[in-house]
Amino acid sequence: MAETTLTHTDQAPRPEGWQGIAADWASDQRAFKNVSWGKAMMWIFLLSDTFIFGCFLLSYMTARISTRVPWPNPSEVFALRIGGSEIPLILIAIMTFVLISSSGTMAMAVNFGYRRDRRKTAILMLLTAALGATFVGMQAFEWTKLITEGVRPWGNPWGAAQFGSSFFMITGFHGTHVTIGVIFLIIIARKVWRGDFDTGRPGFFTSRRGRYENVEIMGLYWHFVDLVWVFIFAFFYLW
Amino acid sequence: MAEATANGLGQHALHATHAQDAATTAVAHAEVHQEHPIKLYLVVWAWLFILSTCSYLVDYFGLHGYLRWSLILIFMMLKAGLIVAVFMHMAWERLAMMYAIILPPILVLVFVTMMVFEADYTLLTRISFFGPGP
Repeated sequence: MAETTLTHTDQAPRPEGWQGIAADWASDQRAFKNVSWGKAMMWIFLLSDTFIFGCFLLSYMTARISTRVPWPNPSEVFALRIGGSEIPLILIAIMTFVLISSSGTMAMAVNFGYRRDRRKTAILMLLTAALGATFVGMQAFEWTKLITEGVRPWGNPWGAAQFGSSFFMITGFHGTHVTIGVIFLIIIARKVWRGDFDTGRPGFFTSRRGRYENVEIMGLYWHFVDLVWVFIFAFFYLW
Repeated sequence: MAEATANGLGQHALHATHAQDAATTAVAHAEVHQEHPIKLYLVVWAWLFILSTCSYLVDYFGLHGYLRWSLILIFMMLKAGLIVAVFMHMAWERLAMMYAIILPPILVLVFVTMMVFEADYTLLTRISFFGPGP
């Protein structure tokens, strides 16, 4: 009985467009029809994370608008001396390319995951993790460089004191996200490599069987980290 | 008697599990697996590189004023759009999902507007109390 009803509900054609939105959200039923709970919950977590980073960038904007002291020029602050000439913002540009590359390898990993190609998926995920670790390493270098030049959360040699606090808060939080992402990438890559998603081996923490969709959920998080960097790059480094 | 009841219960439980299994399969069937040609990812990847290079060149050539800001925003939105639409597969989700995730961050712009006014006011009071700046 229950079987018939469920099958029937799932196979009925759903309305599209605005009517589709109203119909999907209306009444006591699941709102996201063709999305598993794992994926929907990751999206909702990412939405809340968007608000956190949104608030950081907002507070940075407020501080930068309201200060009477000129803002330090990021183009000069983040310049590197390579081969005798100052190249503006080069370190940040390289970090951006590293993170975008990692996003690409992650997208490939998700793709091969759904093709059930364990080897390629695991290798691409580990490559993603390596690129992410490179990014964090470069960020550590950047922090060290700025700290030795005298940047502190309460002041710096070039201008508005709020520069330091905004910088350490925003990039620090983003770097934390990348680090957590690298750790989880390695965990999921190990599961893929071992074939957990093929044999249905229960997870060590949740004791539930994973699916190859876990790779895509991991991918959502990783792409989000890249997405946040796009905004940080535009507003903090380029503006 | 007791045995028979237990047996009946067992059968009932078995039936329930079976129904649940069927329901799970039905749901799993309804969930769309995102499988797209690899070429699509490579093209988007290449575009992300091009757009990043463009936004870096904005700084490298030292463009200023509204040209700089509009270029930065355009490249930023294009990159963000590509990542969300293709890499995060948002383009293939249902509208209910898209609007649930994409509308709320857009509302942050209201907050931005409020804080622009607030910050301008703070700057105004700072200038009138402490002078135009060092």
